Amino acid sequence: MATLTEPSPAPAPTGPFTPATFRVAGREQEAPDVATLALEPTDGRSFAFHPGQFNMLTAFGVGEVPISISSRPGSRPLLHTIREVGPVTAALCRAPVGSLVGVRGPFGTDWGLDAFAHADVVVVAGGIGLAPLRGAVQVLLDRAGLPMGPRKVVVLVGARTPDQLIFRRDLDAWRAHAEVAVTVDMATSGWEGNVGVVTSLVGSAGFDAHRAMALVCGPEVMMRHTVQALIERGVLPTSIRLRVSLERNMQCGTGLCGHCQLGPFLLCRDGPVVTYPQASRLLAEAEL
Amino acid sequence: MTAAKVIGRDGLDELLRHLAALGYRTLGPVARDGAITMAEVSSSADLPEGFHDRQAPGSYRLEPGQGQALFDWAVGPEPLKALVFPPRAVIWTAKPPSYHVQEVADDAPPVAVVGARPCDLAGLQVLGRSIGTGPVADPIFQHRRHQAFLVVVECTRPASTCFCVSMGTGPGATHGYDIRLTELLSDDGPPSYLALAGTPAGRRALGQLPGRPAQAADERARVERLAKAASRMGRSVDTTGLPELLARNLSNPRWDAVAERCLACGNCTAVCPTCFCANFQDTTGLDGTVRRERTWASCSDLAHSYIHGGPVRSSIKSRYRQWATHKFSWWWDQFGTSGCVGCGRCITWCPASIDITEEIAALRASDGAAPTEEEPEP
Repeated sequence: MATLTEPSPAPAPTGPFTPATFRVAGREQEAPDVATLALEPTDGRSFAFHPGQFNMLTAFGVGEVPISISSRPGSRPLLHTIREVGPVTAALCRAPVGSLVGVRGPFGTDWGLDAFAHADVVVVAGGIGLAPLRGAVQVLLDRAGLPMGPRKVVVLVGARTPDQLIFRRDLDAWRAHAEVAVTVDMATSGWEGNVGVVTSLVGSAGFDAHRAMALVCGPEVMMRHTVQALIERGVLPTSIRLRVSLERNMQCGTGLCGHCQLGPFLLCRDGPVVTYPQASRLLAEAEL
Repeated sequence: MTAAKVIGRDGLDELLRHLAALGYRTLGPVARDGAITMAEVSSSADLPEGFHDRQAPGSYRLEPGQGQALFDWAVGPEPLKALVFPPRAVIWTAKPPSYHVQEVADDAPPVAVVGARPCDLAGLQVLGRSIGTGPVADPIFQHRRHQAFLVVVECTRPASTCFCVSMGTGPGATHGYDIRLTELLSDDGPPSYLALAGTPAGRRALGQLPGRPAQAADERARVERLAKAASRMGRSVDTTGLPELLARNLSNPRWDAVAERCLACGNCTAVCPTCFCANFQDTTGLDGTVRRERTWASCSDLAHSYIHGGPVRSSIKSRYRQWATHKFSWWWDQFGTSGCVGCGRCITWCPASIDITEEIAALRASDGAAPTEEEPEP
């Protein structure tokens, strides 16, 4: 990855497969294998999106991967929180400040936060699944107390181990206006919080199930059990109240490469956020 | 009906000359390497005169036959897909240190195909609905499809693997062509060609050709030939409620049975006129220039569904099921059309002789068969 010499504006690319060049303006290590990149466009353009959407990020010469946007709309720089799971994500996670990456997007469906007026919003995240929910929580907290805002925001977060817990500062800041509970699958020395899977937090969380709307993102098995726990708690399993964010191989972001199929969905276009009733039968089928 | 015309072989020669003069790269069927393949043609002498094909699951034989017919065969292994959706295309390059991304313009010359089949036109239409329209479309497909000139030759000798009648795409062509030809045989001479224009460009080209105005008898001969072809169709798929049938049979044990035979080789997706999956890959030159290439991909491939931690579809069963359910069920949800046009290529070119029409019939016969796996969750 080359270091930026001087930004010289280029005409905005137009093709659907053509990324714009962004500069790494900051980088924060969130966990041993997770980093947040702060990106600024080299041509000064603005970048509009909705929480829950993702971008295709290019590590030049390595490849391109779909990464959720973890910042809040309207704020700069643009944040992406990336876990190292292969060559491209490793190159992105280690991109030095000042280097250049490619950005295409935003793509996909969002959390649809406008439907959440007066609701008790329950946000459940597992591991890196908190990344696409971070901007959503921030928007919801901005709106809390406003006429069209949510009545209450509950954030339930699970991580494998304490050092895998991301956005710790945000979690602390959110406690002022939201109910935040954190659990880890395996405690290490010094951890004084909850131990157990994140679904175990659902039962005791303070929300009114009948007015709850839930946003869930994490590994598929975690989402299945979380939704089950929410339904047992009394959350209505209607088409709009339970939303999950799904993941598949994605290579174009535009419904043209065919990799992200899940039954009737092209998840880059019809997802990643879908309502649980849409997804439940598909998730129940192995290897679909 | 706009003026139909009957042309002879000299008319075909004139058509090819005319299209070449207009700047088209003229392609047509030729007998090569034991198969009908798409190649450059400059006169009717290049066309596969007298050849017949014999197709069966896992088998294709091209036989020099008798007669002067040029289009007395069904389909070769190549649909028109590669002309509008190239197997390999450089999308952009970017040079350090600025990494300004330079789009690579598609500079393929306009192509004229003389001798496309109705199922291939249908395949192009399905591709168009899948990647060529909508808010975001493939620019290469759009560019190439827009500038292509298509001369369809209606199908008068289907193969045993063909099932276009049941998919509603043949053996006649109703739309999607610039010029439509029907080869009319004669007992004592060379065939003639009933020609009809489908577009203004087709009308202009047809107007240049020597021939005589068509008469009612010519149209009757065409209808007879097509009816005979339809009756000789080797296979069929019962499409009644098919998308729903497949969607509710994801756990049908038949998928396990077909997986025992499927090699996951990807031949079916390579020869399919509508398979559009693609990989995007970067390579870096010695000077650091990055090239992003798009290449054909296949859902038969283990890597197709790879996400961190491994592939989603690790079993062959799940990959065959993905291909079949996508073609006949999910394609409707995604693009409002069937993903199959009934050309039969996936049957012929399957090295394991897997026959999609047989698989669908078996699924229908065992509709609702008990899943072998655990109960679905609520």
